[in-house]
Amino acid sequence: MKIGLALKELHRSEAELARELLKVSDRHKVDHEVFHLGRDLARWSQEHVALIAEIAHGYGQDLDPDAGGPLGPLERAVEKGSELAGRTSSPSLLMLRDLREVYIKSAGVSVDWELLAQAAQGIKHRELLALAQRCHPETLRQMRWANGKLKESATQILVS
Amino acid sequence: MTRVDRIAEPWGTRTPYGPGEPWPARVDTHLDGGLSSDDVDRWVQTASLLHSNGDAMDIAVKDERIVGVRGRQGDRVNHGRLGVKDLYGWQANSSPDRLTRPLVREGGRLVETDWDTAMGRIVERTQQLLAEQGPSAVGFYTTGQLFAEEYYTLGVLAHGGIGTNHVDGNTRLCTATAAAALKESFASDGQPGSYTDVDHADVIALYGHNVAETQSVLWMRMLDRLAGPNPPQVICVDPRPTEVARHATVHLAPLPGTNVALMNGLLHEIIANDWVDHDYIEAHTVGFDELVKQVQDCTPEAAAQICDVPAEQIREAAAILGRAERLLSTVLQGFYQSNQATAASVQVNNINIIRGMLGRPGCGILQMNGQPTAQNTRECGGDGDLPAFRNWSNDEHVKDLAKVWNVDPMEIPHYSPPTHVMQMMRYAEDGSIRMLWVSGTNPAVSLPELPRVRSILSQERLFLVVQDIFLSETAQLADVVLPAATWGEKTGTFTNVDRTVHLSEKAVDPPGEARPDLDIFIDYAHRLGLKDKDGAPLVKWHDAESAFEAWKECSRGRPCDYSGMTYELLRGRSGIQWPCTEEHPDGTERLYEDGKFFSTPDYCESYGRDLVTGAPVEATEYRALNPTGKAILRAAEYVPPHEIPSEDFPFILITGRTLYHFHTRTKTGRAPELQAAAPDVWVELSEADASAFGIGEGDLVTVSSPRGSVRAAARITGIRRGVVFLPFHYGYWDTEGGHAPDGAGRAANELTITDWDACSKQPIFKTAAARIERTAAGQEPAPAPTTTASAPVRPAGAPTRGPSDVDEELSDRAPEVAL
Repeated sequence: MKIGLALKELHRSEAELARELLKVSDRHKVDHEVFHLGRDLARWSQEHVALIAEIAHGYGQDLDPDAGGPLGPLERAVEKGSELAGRTSSPSLLMLRDLREVYIKSAGVSVDWELLAQAAQGIKHRELLALAQRCHPETLRQMRWANGKLKESATQILVS
Repeated sequence: MTRVDRIAEPWGTRTPYGPGEPWPARVDTHLDGGLSSDDVDRWVQTASLLHSNGDAMDIAVKDERIVGVRGRQGDRVNHGRLGVKDLYGWQANSSPDRLTRPLVREGGRLVETDWDTAMGRIVERTQQLLAEQGPSAVGFYTTGQLFAEEYYTLGVLAHGGIGTNHVDGNTRLCTATAAAALKESFASDGQPGSYTDVDHADVIALYGHNVAETQSVLWMRMLDRLAGPNPPQVICVDPRPTEVARHATVHLAPLPGTNVALMNGLLHEIIANDWVDHDYIEAHTVGFDELVKQVQDCTPEAAAQICDVPAEQIREAAAILGRAERLLSTVLQGFYQSNQATAASVQVNNINIIRGMLGRPGCGILQMNGQPTAQNTRECGGDGDLPAFRNWSNDEHVKDLAKVWNVDPMEIPHYSPPTHVMQMMRYAEDGSIRMLWVSGTNPAVSLPELPRVRSILSQERLFLVVQDIFLSETAQLADVVLPAATWGEKTGTFTNVDRTVHLSEKAVDPPGEARPDLDIFIDYAHRLGLKDKDGAPLVKWHDAESAFEAWKECSRGRPCDYSGMTYELLRGRSGIQWPCTEEHPDGTERLYEDGKFFSTPDYCESYGRDLVTGAPVEATEYRALNPTGKAILRAAEYVPPHEIPSEDFPFILITGRTLYHFHTRTKTGRAPELQAAAPDVWVELSEADASAFGIGEGDLVTVSSPRGSVRAAARITGIRRGVVFLPFHYGYWDTEGGHAPDGAGRAANELTITDWDACSKQPIFKTAAARIERTAAGQEPAPAPTTTASAPVRPAGAPTRGPSDVDEELSDRAPEVAL
């Protein structure tokens, strides 16, 4: 059975998404919606990481429930820099790139949840299926947020 | 006739009445010193412009000057009554410091000029920016105090002519959430209820709605019910000891920022006790199962943990709501300007919906407005909406609008929702909006985090146009200032929260060269040479009535249908509620009778947004969710505020409007009686917090947040512990500083956070972390009114008083109300 491996991969991708959201939040502190929502939405992934780690014990995986946690001091420095650079327009292109990254990463996580849900149904593991049903909608909401934000910002950034 | 001191007794004399009876009339009159009604040359019809209630009144004119006001007895909204701001505020019109000539910036200073020069500069700059960058360089930010005709014209020239997506109004700060909450639940803006629901309700629930101070005539109606036989029970949700709280059966005072948790607790109890109308839910709603799941774990105990409200009180309130037979719910800034604004307000809708309390007398929802013409910005496309509740993400609606305007649909930007003001400020900050035209509002005082706002507005690279009646804080930063006419000096219509449309007629000429806002917008469109696709002028009207006729056509067939109204009808009949059509010439008192909504996928104004992320719901998703046009029950989880108290900033700061002032005090600060009643900023603290910090009544206190500080005299009140309150909007126009603090700050927004509700984009003014320090001993009590939520817990100085010069004429005869 490869479910343990699937959980390990999902754990990795959720943790990466959480850190990506935190990074994007830090990088765009002057874009207040991106800053605040980035943090709110990272929390969902952090919760998912902890839940995955818990259920993965049963599949022989020892995963860090705190992966995807807050950024270290080096990454923090980026935040300060973004505040200073926020008055020029070049960071706005960076924002499109960053949101695109969130979109792609959350799409990846979404696919992982789908695969896991399929497997859970196959082995009739209710708990695992329930976990996928609880978390997957939040992943989709993260993805739609990035997509909506991209659509909303693209015109202004690209034409000005 | 009685003479009353309406500063000391803001709600005047009681006229008690029972459930189902008409509200007795009382005609309030205030005339300039010594004049009587016989001295008045003529009375000119209008309605109030200093709050959102829509009080109908007549302006008294003598020798071509405004000399007073009188309530219109026959009007459906106020039955003759006037609020304290209505009675005195008109005096500002004749202030000697009105702007009378256009100003342009020369060598860093604003100097007087003529209209040609001022408009010429604006047009030249617009054309230059359109050539260099295109419409994305130009933004418009208007108010909630112009007329429908003016917003519509602005919407046409900005969206249809220039083609910019950057159009918003300061309704964003007051009622963007009202619109968003209605769009979430009913897929369309527009209040389901009517003010007459107050006459019938057996329970009135006010959520973050200090009606006593914000719409004082509506509160008089509630007070008269409370004084009569079989009074309604009142539920009040507010952290402050407001007049509403003092009259409440249950007063819930949650920690600011926790409204969703409280609402989910109430919904949990209502559902757990099965106080729900299953037939109504089955027939007329979608989303009930999701709601049940969401609130399942949110027991009163769980909510109590988050909100710091006793679980027993939540149960008691839920039982009153659950057993109500006619439930009227109202919501305002305590929800709209707080954490999770839309999510919390939608849960109020959900209570009425699952209880089947819609579309019948006494069963209403009033997602209140803060400003008198807020409804019109939303209807006419003067803020982040397309005109007449058209759906920006429905191509057919855009095509239809293009037909009305006779332009190519491609000319109307609809690639994303119209830009909200906070985002516009960001675009101005990053340099991609290079011209901002501000009409009738004062962002340099009213937006959050003022140090940031000042730095954005004063940038050299931003061309700032300000159209106003005084040299406001914002106008002082402008490159061009246009002197505008105001209420009483121009004609137009406006609509209150229960969809009542009033005509406001010109009574006197504006001072000097000041011009009506409508004329200014039309002039700009013509000078810019804006054309439709056949080469005819895009703006085809020339005065208020022809603009109204154009707007009527635009609204035909949409929820806010004005097509059955005319100026003549409005003159004869006083207020009329939309929709008003040929089939319903008397207007429509309540929307959604028999569970019929405007929410079918092809017709609806909005597909909604995610309540937490704000991401727009896609058309296909909406179609799947709600194919046949029902009401939508949208559940929401509690998410903590983005700034919570810490060791450095241990308090939660909330801000709010108070009884004697409106907006940035532009007018009320120039009305002597109103100014004297609350002459300077104060800070409200609880007794426990004051004593912990050694602060006594009137002591000077410095309130600081991570963004700035304000110095204010302390008023010790019954506010809940851990929370401090500052009244907005004391600014700087009447101080040495001019547009900015000169030493200590006094505008509450020096402290507020740049953050907004992801769904409604309304800024959050009611959850910032703050600290307090005692700066100096006070010599006298704080300059705060003693008549309102800011009443001191212990007697402090002289009570708030004014002159006894308001006439009240009581009559138990029901007014002759049209409809």
